[in-house]
Amino acid sequence: MSTTVTTPIGSGEASPAPKTNYLTNGHSLRSWLLTEDHKRIAILYLISVSFFFMLGGAFAGMIRYELTSPAGNVLESDAYNRVFTAHGAIMVFLFLLVAVPAVLGNFLVPLMIGARDLAFPRINLLSWYLYTAAGTLILISCVSGGVDAGWTFYTPYSSLYSNSNVSLCLVGVFLGGFSSITTGVNFIATVHRMRAPGMTWFRLPLFVWAQYATGIIMMLGTPVVAITLLCVIFERTFQLPIFSPELGGDPVLFQHMFWFYSHPAVYIMVLPSFGVISEVISAFSRKRVFGYHFVAFSSLAIAFLGFLVWGHHMFVSSQSMYQGVAFSLITFLLAVPSAIKIFNWTATMAKGNIHLNSPMIYAIGFMGLFLIGGLTGLFLASMGTDVHLTATYFIVAHFHYVMVGGTVMGFLAGLHFWWPKMTGRLFNDNIAKWNAIVVFLGFNLTFFPQFIAGWMGMPRRYHYYYFAPEYQIYNILSTMGATVLGVGFVIPVFYLIKSLFTGEKAGDNPWGAHGLEWQTTSPPPTENFYYSPIVTDDVYDYDPVAEHEAIRELGAKRH
Amino acid sequence: MNLANFPFSPPAASNFAAEMDLLFYSILALSTVFAVITFAYVIFYAIKYRAGSSADRSSPVYENMKLELVWIGAPTVLAIFFFVWGAKVYADTRIPPKGAKEIYVVGKQWMWHIQHPNGVRENNTLHVPIDTDIKLTMIAQDVIHAFYIPAFRVQFMVVPGRYTQMWFRPTAIGKYHLFCNMYCGTQHSEMGGSVIVMSKRDYADWLANNGSMRQNLTPVQAGEKLFNKIGCGNCHGPTDLPPRSPSLVGLFGKTREMDNGQRFIADESYIRESILRPGEKMLKGYANTMPMYDKQLSEEEVMALMAFVRSGASPSLPSSNFAAGVPGHQAQVNGKAGLNSNALEFNAESADATATSRGRDLAVGAMAAEKGDQKR
Repeated sequence: MSTTVTTPIGSGEASPAPKTNYLTNGHSLRSWLLTEDHKRIAILYLISVSFFFMLGGAFAGMIRYELTSPAGNVLESDAYNRVFTAHGAIMVFLFLLVAVPAVLGNFLVPLMIGARDLAFPRINLLSWYLYTAAGTLILISCVSGGVDAGWTFYTPYSSLYSNSNVSLCLVGVFLGGFSSITTGVNFIATVHRMRAPGMTWFRLPLFVWAQYATGIIMMLGTPVVAITLLCVIFERTFQLPIFSPELGGDPVLFQHMFWFYSHPAVYIMVLPSFGVISEVISAFSRKRVFGYHFVAFSSLAIAFLGFLVWGHHMFVSSQSMYQGVAFSLITFLLAVPSAIKIFNWTATMAKGNIHLNSPMIYAIGFMGLFLIGGLTGLFLASMGTDVHLTATYFIVAHFHYVMVGGTVMGFLAGLHFWWPKMTGRLFNDNIAKWNAIVVFLGFNLTFFPQFIAGWMGMPRRYHYYYFAPEYQIYNILSTMGATVLGVGFVIPVFYLIKSLFTGEKAGDNPWGAHGLEWQTTSPPPTENFYYSPIVTDDVYDYDPVAEHEAIRELGAKRH
Repeated sequence: MNLANFPFSPPAASNFAAEMDLLFYSILALSTVFAVITFAYVIFYAIKYRAGSSADRSSPVYENMKLELVWIGAPTVLAIFFFVWGAKVYADTRIPPKGAKEIYVVGKQWMWHIQHPNGVRENNTLHVPIDTDIKLTMIAQDVIHAFYIPAFRVQFMVVPGRYTQMWFRPTAIGKYHLFCNMYCGTQHSEMGGSVIVMSKRDYADWLANNGSMRQNLTPVQAGEKLFNKIGCGNCHGPTDLPPRSPSLVGLFGKTREMDNGQRFIADESYIRESILRPGEKMLKGYANTMPMYDKQLSEEEVMALMAFVRSGASPSLPSSNFAAGVPGHQAQVNGKAGLNSNALEFNAESADATATSRGRDLAVGAMAAEKGDQKR
């Protein structure tokens, strides 16, 4: 391993035996709830997002079981509408937007660039409290009475017609937005100001590049949705004429303002996962990422172009045809930077020395699912086919391939990869590998049939479909898949928690990976490094050939 | 299970189905090739270069400008190709041919209210003749809905406060799904029914039978009757009377100049706004003397007035208080209908009491019950 961590005494010395690490530095509840340590805040976030993921998953389960029968006879329609809204709102605002940046990003950005903490540690803690407040309000609104406007809150339904807890839920989303803004600002400032000596921009790990691009979107996009949601609250509460034509407003204006943020928000969800995949594929192929500069700049290109495509959600919502044409063109062009990433990751594996540990299996699963998710986006970017497919189950399948196949697979890959660093323990890698395959298969069984149902015209957000029984077979397959997928999401909870108690000690660098975070102890001390790191070598400085030779020699000795 | 119960694609029953399906399957073919090749490489490398395998790893490459340009360039070219193709298909769906038969659609929680050119109305079912260009002019009375016919590959949102349009030409006789495809509240799933494509002759029979049973006015006639009932003609006569009232004769489609110099084409949405909120756009040379009709007319009534203005705003009924004898009116007076004074209230009880094609008593009853309290 050749990232040099120079010390005042001289390099090459083993780290001193750790007396305390960030986990043991203080045991009181107060020491956790008032911590300014980015690693502890990451753990707080990990616990919160896992809770909300399980909750959102339970709502998804209710949707799937309801749709097994075309008659919709388990839930009332009002209840069903509240369930799918709760599923969407919880998953989007409390899991997908938060999971990778706030858990893995919080934990790793300072470690990867050789900093002691983020630039604004207190604001970082504030962001978790804002998130918790957001989560509490959304949870209360969804559980007590419920919200039935869908997570997209289209007006004038949400502003004048819905009789549910829309305002409370929107206040929650509003607060969550500020949590997101503070995280984004923190990352940007940290990457600009706190890099260790020698950590030039082009020695930054691609995970950090991805977090940086994400920070830009969080900082620029989120205020727009915050204003939009406030407008809805004002129209609901004070009948302020903004979106409802009865009051003199414009209902489609909401869609413009909402998607101006919410399309870039899709990239807040997947860009950080792209970063994870770059790290995992490089580490487990023991090879530097192919076309590093292209992968880094494609993140920025995605962040930039992502702001110019919101109108592709509105090809059939009465925006002008010429507007639509421009949005369609830019959307097609946005496919290119994603393709660049996929190609470069594939090329990274060539002539590598590939270790198929669980993070790598998740990463390969990610590539398979994201390929399908990304390519099915072409059907929707193309205006002609979008007319037929929009708002059907085809859309539902497409964005689940991107959001679950992309974000969640990336999150799981990253969580498995850095779990030993975060906790100092090794989990059972064999179970984890098989589980990754279960998740991959369960996912495809859940969502692939939905592409066909959508192509056949099944509308999303339908509570029943007794008038169209031809959709039932696809819904049954999908529910079977969801069952498998649910099992695949629950098993890691067990083996990861078990590893905390009975797992082997991880050591500083259990995977043999390259990067500053692997140079310190597992778990790292509160200060992250015992000595100020100085970076003298390139990013991803792996040598697959040398390692291959070493393995062969080892093998020869054994025989 | 036989394959007939296991369909993979929707029925194709309109002029758009063929070109859209070709586009769909072309993107599908490209995506499949692309995904399979890329993922095959991933798997192939994962096996060939797995740790400990004896594959040749000498002289690994980390950057290759030529390769990067190829895999930036090729997707870009393909993307632009499919962009142009998709935009072409879309443009076809957005530009209705001249002379298309016009049907009016009003969407409201949770039913579709449909009116044919001769005045026949139906709920949640749309009867159309085969091989005929059909243009739908649509508006919502409450929240946003979307009119979606999968077998025709057409869909467009139905928005409150503005008219939207879509068109198609049915090409196969049969019964197809009609869905509301924009979430609109409790009974969103119930808001739909079927589109029934008939032979031209059957359609004519159907129209004739329903017409005599229901004694409807055509939209133009209903509009004229309302025009007279409200007394629009007291001011809007055959000639312009500045500064009080412009004539509406032949107004539709003309460019109008406002007092602030802006110009607007007098289309459906312009006429609708001028009826509901006449002060919004003031015609040059005229004062704002007209009362607002906002919240006093139902969407069906506004649509009828709009249809009348569009037809040329020429009088045809004997009761017209409008200077008679303006030539060129198209509306054929059906004497019986013309005298039926109840025909105007066509959005009221009779319409909602029609059984929906989904045939659930529950749904019809619920809709009637919801009518009173659909707004907060």
